[in-house]
Amino acid sequence: MQTGIAVSNSDIDEVDDSAATTAVQSSRRDFLRRGVAAGGLLAATATTGVYGSSAVTAHTTAATAVPDDADTPLEIPEWSRAPGAPTGGQPYGQPSAYEKKVIRHLRPNDKQYISSSTRTPIQELDGIITPNGLFYERHHGGVPEIDPAQHRLALHGLVDRPLLFTMDDLRRFPSESHIYFLECSGNPGYNVYGKTAAEANGLVSCAEWTGVPLRTVLAEAGVQAQAKWIVAEGADAAAMTRSIPIEKCLEDALLVYSQNGERLRPEQGYPLRLLLPGFEGNMSIKWLRRLHVTDRPAQSREETSKYTDPLPDGTARRFTFYMEAKSIITAPSGGQLVSKPGFNEIRGIAWSGHGKIVRVEVSVDDGKTWHEAQLQAPVLTRAITRFRYPWEWNGEATVIQSRATDETGYVQPTLEALVAVRGVNNTYHNNAITPWRVAANGEVTNARIKTG
Amino acid sequence: MRVLKQAESRGWSRWCSIHTLLSGMGHSVTVSLMLVSSASAQQPSQPASLGHYGIGTPLTEARLAPWNIDVAPDGLNLPAGQGTVAAGRTLYAAQCAACHGAQGEGGQGDRLVGGAGTLASAKPIRTVGSYWPYATTLYDYIRRAMPLYAPQSLSNDEVYAVSAYVLHLNGLWPEDKALDAGGLRSIQMPNRDGFVDDARPDVKPQASAAEAAAVVGSPR
Repeated sequence: MQTGIAVSNSDIDEVDDSAATTAVQSSRRDFLRRGVAAGGLLAATATTGVYGSSAVTAHTTAATAVPDDADTPLEIPEWSRAPGAPTGGQPYGQPSAYEKKVIRHLRPNDKQYISSSTRTPIQELDGIITPNGLFYERHHGGVPEIDPAQHRLALHGLVDRPLLFTMDDLRRFPSESHIYFLECSGNPGYNVYGKTAAEANGLVSCAEWTGVPLRTVLAEAGVQAQAKWIVAEGADAAAMTRSIPIEKCLEDALLVYSQNGERLRPEQGYPLRLLLPGFEGNMSIKWLRRLHVTDRPAQSREETSKYTDPLPDGTARRFTFYMEAKSIITAPSGGQLVSKPGFNEIRGIAWSGHGKIVRVEVSVDDGKTWHEAQLQAPVLTRAITRFRYPWEWNGEATVIQSRATDETGYVQPTLEALVAVRGVNNTYHNNAITPWRVAANGEVTNARIKTG
Repeated sequence: MRVLKQAESRGWSRWCSIHTLLSGMGHSVTVSLMLVSSASAQQPSQPASLGHYGIGTPLTEARLAPWNIDVAPDGLNLPAGQGTVAAGRTLYAAQCAACHGAQGEGGQGDRLVGGAGTLASAKPIRTVGSYWPYATTLYDYIRRAMPLYAPQSLSNDEVYAVSAYVLHLNGLWPEDKALDAGGLRSIQMPNRDGFVDDARPDVKPQASAAEAAAVVGSPR
């Protein structure tokens, strides 16, 4: 495997990895600090997880662990000798105090945090649903706090009946729920040196979305024959604006008011967002306030100067909507520890904007051979699919990686293959394979980061 | 695109079959949908201003106007008004320079000026002058989203003025001429033809014959 791809920072990409180096250094300090704190709290992490959250944490907790040899009588712990907290102490439940490290990753050195992002800690999660509090964020004008009673959706332009909707109105329409992933087009940029899976590919999440199909609402207004695009606009300070092809609006676009069973979180567009399955995340306009049906795209700032994909010849691709097939091993992944040789299940996630995942292959010998992983049901269209592979680690240093194939037959490429076509300044839609190096001592690191 | 609607027979029941062929996207999609009310036969007919479900409120142009701010690339929906480079220079210094630099060189905010001839280089510099394909987009974006901490606070004339100054810094608008809707429409941006359609999938499958042969069966 090659690791010598030269990359340069892009001054246009607010979601690129230009702060990666400093972010990595700060993250290490954070890990050290958190690792020490975790070690003081509890010894259990060293024995319950196959993969420690980081080598540092695992080593620290091991030092304070209760001896677990065969002759030591099991302790009756404190929490079994007295009643726990009274019922109702948490009107809105929170994760265990021992899971405080499972948080969204915020890069520490962004220029500002009005237009910025956080990453889902995919290396800490199981299943296909991202908890609402851990769903990745990408905001362009901060997170507005919107009173749903005052929020309105305007639908106008090439329609027979321009209409204004309240949230109550929208909830009266026939309701549907679907599980779809959402991924930022800059996940990641072409700087691929994230230390953890979150840093490397954490701008992806998956949820069950509930709302009304956009086509139902469009039919209510009566879309006219010359309609080709819909310009969607947010009520945030960026008045985020993207143009959506009309056939996507009539296919599977949703006007969403709930996520994973509860109302949208403010960070995800409360009280109303657009959801365009399989399209780059920024198009799923949050805090949606207006839909302007037109015969041409708006050529908004976000679809001309920002979310366009520059090529080596100086031109740039525009309207690059779809997120292509991708997968990543989340366990074991960067920052984790493979505690011992023998059976270690490799686990990960795969997804494609073009439909279902049909195959994920795993290589545990630096790409020399590939093995078909088992896909965990459900395997849904434009949703995250779980895969797993039973790995017998022989204790030797190696590189592990995964590649996904979707129902169109498209196979997830290497970074080298992408860069050969797109150059290193393409900024968006990097769906390359992520290789993890497993050292002989079990420590896992990003194989694209050179060692020694 | 053709929209075929079969006339309502009784109540709300209605078929709506929509065939779309979007030019420029390189593919066609056929979508059929059926909208049927469960209480179709009993429902009274809706006023003509409402649709199948009778949900929503008719929206007038006057009511929409404060929100109706998207400017089309041909200048459609640009407001009346105008602004000079001189007025824009003053406004820029007060409201924009802190983030975008005194001469548009960038800082906490994007670089706005320069970069001509760099797009095909190893270090492309993408600015309003070097990259943006439409001058109308500058007006649209400043009006809706700038300045960062007080968006939609500038008057229409002020947006024209700041637009004129940023375009002037890029050599795209003269010092002594006020910018208005007609002026914005007349500007041919240098990178107007610099964009191409999405060519993906652009990478062939990577599995070589040897690799394909080495793929071992599923552990299931």
